[in-house]
Amino acid sequence: MHALVFIKQVPDASQVRVNYETGTLIREGVPAILNPFEAHAVEEAVRLREEYGGKVSVITMGPPQATEALKECLSRGADNAYLLSDRVFAGSDTLATSYALYEGAKKIIELEGEVDLFFAGKQAIDGDTAQTGPGIATRFDMPLVTYLMKLDEVNIDKKEAVATRLTEFGQETLKVPLPAFFTVEETLNELSHAPLPWLIKAAQTEIKMLTGENVNLDREQCGLRHSPTKVKKAFTPEKRQRGETLTGSVEELTQKTSDILVPFLKKEK
Amino acid sequence: MSSKLEYDVIVVGAGPAGLSAAIVLAKAGVKVIVLERGKFPGSKNVMGGVFYSDCMKGIVDEFPGKAPVERHVIEQRMWILDDGSSVGFNHRNDLFNKKPYNCHTVFRAKLDRWLAAEAEKAGALIINNTVVRAPLMENGKVIGVKTDRPDGDVFANCVIATDGVNSLFAKAMGLRKKIKQDAVAIAVKEVIGLDEEVINNRFNITGEEGVTIEMTGSYFSGETMAFLYTNKKSVSLGVGMVLKDVIENKINPNDLIEKLKKHPSVAPLIAGGETKEFLAHLIPEGGYKEMPKLVGNGVMIAGDAAMMVDAIHREGSNLAITSGKFAAEAYLEAAKNGDFSEKALLPYVKKLQDSFVLKDLKKYKGVPELLQTNKRLLLKYPKLLNQAAFEMLNVDGVPVKDKEKLIWKTVKKEIGIGNLVKDLFKLWRNMA
Repeated sequence: MHALVFIKQVPDASQVRVNYETGTLIREGVPAILNPFEAHAVEEAVRLREEYGGKVSVITMGPPQATEALKECLSRGADNAYLLSDRVFAGSDTLATSYALYEGAKKIIELEGEVDLFFAGKQAIDGDTAQTGPGIATRFDMPLVTYLMKLDEVNIDKKEAVATRLTEFGQETLKVPLPAFFTVEETLNELSHAPLPWLIKAAQTEIKMLTGENVNLDREQCGLRHSPTKVKKAFTPEKRQRGETLTGSVEELTQKTSDILVPFLKKEK
Repeated sequence: MSSKLEYDVIVVGAGPAGLSAAIVLAKAGVKVIVLERGKFPGSKNVMGGVFYSDCMKGIVDEFPGKAPVERHVIEQRMWILDDGSSVGFNHRNDLFNKKPYNCHTVFRAKLDRWLAAEAEKAGALIINNTVVRAPLMENGKVIGVKTDRPDGDVFANCVIATDGVNSLFAKAMGLRKKIKQDAVAIAVKEVIGLDEEVINNRFNITGEEGVTIEMTGSYFSGETMAFLYTNKKSVSLGVGMVLKDVIENKINPNDLIEKLKKHPSVAPLIAGGETKEFLAHLIPEGGYKEMPKLVGNGVMIAGDAAMMVDAIHREGSNLAITSGKFAAEAYLEAAKNGDFSEKALLPYVKKLQDSFVLKDLKKYKGVPELLQTNKRLLLKYPKLLNQAAFEMLNVDGVPVKDKEKLIWKTVKKEIGIGNLVKDLFKLWRNMA
């Protein structure tokens, strides 16, 4: 079994604050982390490897600092990690990114062999678009299962899998031929505490570099110039007002609370 | 996955002590693994931010070289704060502007990471996100460590425990007593962002020059040390109070730093700044008397884990680096005979005794207790000093001679001649 996981390094969104005067994000001192959904994607791939044998490869597109996120994937049990990095990718939107990762994945297939399962997070916590994974799957023209909640069954020999995905209305369980592409929910699995030997192996594993030199790239599909997504306008969400603290006895509090709430309830009617 | 994990040396904790040990060992060809509980080296570490250069000799070829330092310190100020006033002493010296610089302000999250990269370059293996739970023992000798990870037992000839103030390892080994509330301080620190230009103007410095201010005094209600250090584009403002006083006076450490920010000597220096980071940590301040046993069979303890902090001179990281280096050297000597018993590792203690590390800690061994038992020193004298300075400098038509009499009278009333003589004597005995 060979699984390939697409991952992204993102700023820890829980620590990003807004400068309300300038309307920009304060990114300084905000640590970069592995996109949380993709930690679960790696976890699932590694579990499959532990069950069926084989290997797990991971790839990300990003600047050299993104090796940190790849190292985390190796610590979580991945076998190979590839960094796709080239100036030509600067300013890529989801279309250009999915193209670049598609070409990077093809190179990995060439180096490491055919892939049975492709994984990515359902979306990245910085952009929230949920487009890059499906973009790659579409270029490969393979089955795509988004919002994966559970891999019920994987049969490598028969080349098929049964998967449950989350929909707006509930869940649906699908049978898909492999290779297939899965974008995953956090509920897919619980992150495990990796064994120490994995961490030691990870520390000794070199990150392999993919660039314009060794990946076949059509430069007309890369970077800012070939990214049709344009940011027309950005706005800062209104600063949330600080809550008011009410004090007093239970009776007083009940009275105060109802005084505040009742006018709103009446308005609704 | 079940092959035994075996190394020559296990270093517990990738702080300055552990990393300096790892660098010295790895350079000598020793197979060393460093186990760090944080996400990366430095992620769990906090210090005010003054790092002395001298200790890096023999660790790296050049310091700072490419190390991430902020500013080299050319002026040090010491302030005694009272409500609304301060009395200070400062020392600025051209010699501090000459290389090699005496000390720099630093961010530990960056510096430790850099030091870890140096250790990796030298050949040490650094493993993050892994907590060492306990030593593995055999026949009264440490033969390895147990980590919190599956298949997480690691074996080695010797363990160097540098796992910081809360050293689980020293505790699990029974080498250390429970930390006393008066032997640790809780320190909180804020990094306040300011423009480089603003910092240079406010502190009368240019380029990479930096200023440090140490503060204590009756402005706070317990045994307190505060500091303000200049970084490139921020200042580090912090305050630490002995845990016992924090508890007894029911103080929220966060209130301490808010109070410090409001002091009229501090407020203008940080005005307009924006808080970038908020950090807190324990500082071992018990000194020599609270130090654990430093060696055992197959184990040495260094840095904060061994309570190696000289609070009087705000030194700690340099003691850590030096002790880590000594532990590594002691290992190399012991390795010649393949004997890592307590006796074979004793040269580590000897090296510490012969160096500034134990000499300085020993010199001030009585100070922590003196400050804790004699509250006058920190609460009454600073107030009197501020009052006296005001009386002498304030021109209000009262003859100077009368003012001197008044000050003397206040001292007699507030402290008493007998106590004054006693205090001065004790202070001299403990500090000189």
